[in-house]
Amino acid sequence: MSTLTLSKAINSGLRRAMDDDPKVVLLGEDIGKLGGVFRVTDGLQKDFGAHRVIDTPLAEAGIIGTAVGLAYRGYRPVCEIQFDGFIYPGFDQIVSQVAKLHYRTRGAVKMPITIRVPFGGGIGAVEHHSESPEAYFAHTAGLRVISCSNPQDAHLMIRQAIACDDPVLFFEPKRRYWTKADVDESLALDSFPMGSARIAAAGTDATLVAYGPLVQTALDAATAAADEGISLEVIDLRSLSPIDFDTVEASVRRTGRLVVTHEAQQSFGIGAEIAASITERCFYHLEAAPERVTGFDVPYPPAKLEEHYLPDLDRILDAVDRVMGRPNSLSGQGL
Amino acid sequence: MAAAHLPTTEFDQTDLDGSLEAAAEMAQGEPEAPMVQLLDAEGRRREDPTFGPYATDLDGEALKAFYRDMASVRRFDQEATALQRQGELALWVQLTGQEAAQIGSGRATAPQDYIFPTYREHGVALTRGVDMSELLKLFRGVANGGWDPTATNFHLYTLVLAAQVPHAVGYAMGIQRDQKMDAALAPAATVAYFGDGASSEGDVHESMVFAASYKAPVVFFCQNNHWAISVPFEVQSRIPLSNRAQGYGFPGIRVDGNDVIAVHAVTKWALERARAGEGPVLIEAFTYRLGAHTTADDPTKYRHSAEEDAWRAKDPLLRLEKYLRSEGLADDAFFAEVAEEGKQLAAYVRKATLEMANPDIRSAFANVYAQAHPLVEEETAWFEKYEAGFTDAEGENA
Ligand SMILES: Cc1ncc(C[n+]2csc(CCOP(=O)(O)OP(=O)(O)O)c2C)c(N)n1
Ligand SMILES: [Mg+2]
Repeated sequence: MSTLTLSKAINSGLRRAMDDDPKVVLLGEDIGKLGGVFRVTDGLQKDFGAHRVIDTPLAEAGIIGTAVGLAYRGYRPVCEIQFDGFIYPGFDQIVSQVAKLHYRTRGAVKMPITIRVPFGGGIGAVEHHSESPEAYFAHTAGLRVISCSNPQDAHLMIRQAIACDDPVLFFEPKRRYWTKADVDESLALDSFPMGSARIAAAGTDATLVAYGPLVQTALDAATAAADEGISLEVIDLRSLSPIDFDTVEASVRRTGRLVVTHEAQQSFGIGAEIAASITERCFYHLEAAPERVTGFDVPYPPAKLEEHYLPDLDRILDAVDRVMGRPNSLSGQGL
Repeated sequence: MAAAHLPTTEFDQTDLDGSLEAAAEMAQGEPEAPMVQLLDAEGRRREDPTFGPYATDLDGEALKAFYRDMASVRRFDQEATALQRQGELALWVQLTGQEAAQIGSGRATAPQDYIFPTYREHGVALTRGVDMSELLKLFRGVANGGWDPTATNFHLYTLVLAAQVPHAVGYAMGIQRDQKMDAALAPAATVAYFGDGASSEGDVHESMVFAASYKAPVVFFCQNNHWAISVPFEVQSRIPLSNRAQGYGFPGIRVDGNDVIAVHAVTKWALERARAGEGPVLIEAFTYRLGAHTTADDPTKYRHSAEEDAWRAKDPLLRLEKYLRSEGLADDAFFAEVAEEGKQLAAYVRKATLEMANPDIRSAFANVYAQAHPLVEEETAWFEKYEAGFTDAEGENA
């Protein structure tokens, strides 16, 4: 057991995957000598060599497109996209090629590519450095999409992603990179299945679903709600495609209430998918309409405004009040 | 097939592990391709049969004005860096070392030309008359742009690398069409700025193909400052970038990017050509990023200080100062005056930055669409109600 930050936990997961399989190669901008702008790949080029940790030319379509070729040749490429907002030059390769080659070749060619993306806001960054583009990829058949929220999961999930024979988008909560926790690096890779959600806090009154950076916020909300006598069950989705609906449904059947939160814009997002599916699955168990607490449907605003844009404790608790039928900001009864 | 036609390089890609190290060591600043230079590092004038004539109209006053601009923007850069260190800016992108490339090219543009910068072009902004304090809004996190680009024909900074390059080509195609409709229109061109790193993006390739096909009046101005964060130039290109132009079918010129006179002459030539309908030019300004990539970066992790020292000796300001002094064009009084002006600019920018009001969150809902949109209206209304809920609650508690 060692105490690691989330970024170091991913680093140790990458290291382990590279030790275990010589076909694992890393590609990205500034990932070699510099060790990545968030130091997630720190020391890996020194230890594994420049043929396995490749400082690429500055071209995202090139990074993803060459990863396709490497995968074709039997490698397991792990691509780093430097920031969420810079994935789009590689978007065509991801949705039209990475996602479809296994399908088009009727299984003859696998695409075991992992695409690591630091995502989300809350670090006061300039534009294009705080975005949450996960829904675009979850919307694309052929891609798996996962997001870690804590060091232990981060370590195992990056290894699961690399071991997976399908392409995996791995979203790293950049504002939690410096969160520290104990990590057991000896845990078996299948300690939990890659697509499974986790009950991060058990509760009885309402189910609060989060992933990535907002899991901690959701846990804080549960603590605050407990002070008011409300028991929240917090679910860390971990996987966005597929979504572990069984776990969410079982929880909602118990609590009767659902709140979903994510930083990404609300419309056509993960929250919409969960609200719709859970409504279909257990409509008669719902005591209230599901609530979504998300970013607004506007471009990510300048950093000085992000505290209003990002779901926070107040907005989550306000939504909890709504599903609980308690006075809330919109009920006209004051808070 | 003559081997001489093939590019040669010491950067050996067959040695996968040693290649990056070798590449980094090569960034010592000796250009391996012909490079236009009109003022050398010692401050001596050089002859050039093609571009020399484009510098003959530069008298003492013009050269002093170049110096003034370069010194002002360097001082501005230092102030912005200080503001970042003091927590007033989230980030700053330094331009130090690239003043000649930016002032020389910017001063060659005409008011009707349109400029598409990346994010480090503070010197070009100065030449376009942008209020320098407005450049800081993006980096303070109070705006996603900061200025009205149409007021100075200087587009907003674009942080997504290379994305602005096709915009410059499209704008130039618009100029061509306008000229067809109105022959009296003043000839104009566009300038697309981008870095050596950004040159690898597909957008740059596509831009050059379009520009060549339509002979668009665009000047591609690449500041090769040798680094893309930690990645040395040789990872982006094994040959001088200017050589690429030939493959697209237009001229490419490598110019000493620390020589403001040469940069000005070459850009002037290229812009005149473009405005006259002769098509695009690629200019590679051979320069160096003396500072860190941004205030968040630590270059000691990936490059040697000896390399920085070698480039410091080629400082664009020093060489022009040497020339102005040796020719008796400027004296101590001039340099003292310039320093004073720089101080004033710095003081102005500092004051304006500290006075920048935080925007209201309601502004985040404005301008998402040009026409009314029900979703935005609904969310704005929701937010108003939500905020009011808090005020009511506070009122109750009071
Ligand atoms: C499409 C895209 N990918 C990655 C980045 C992250 N990034 C910002 S600056 C930079 C290096 C740019 O180098 P260069 O083009 O040489 O310009 P310079 O910073 O040297 O002026 C990188 C990789 C980005 N801004 N946009
Ligand atoms: Mg560069």
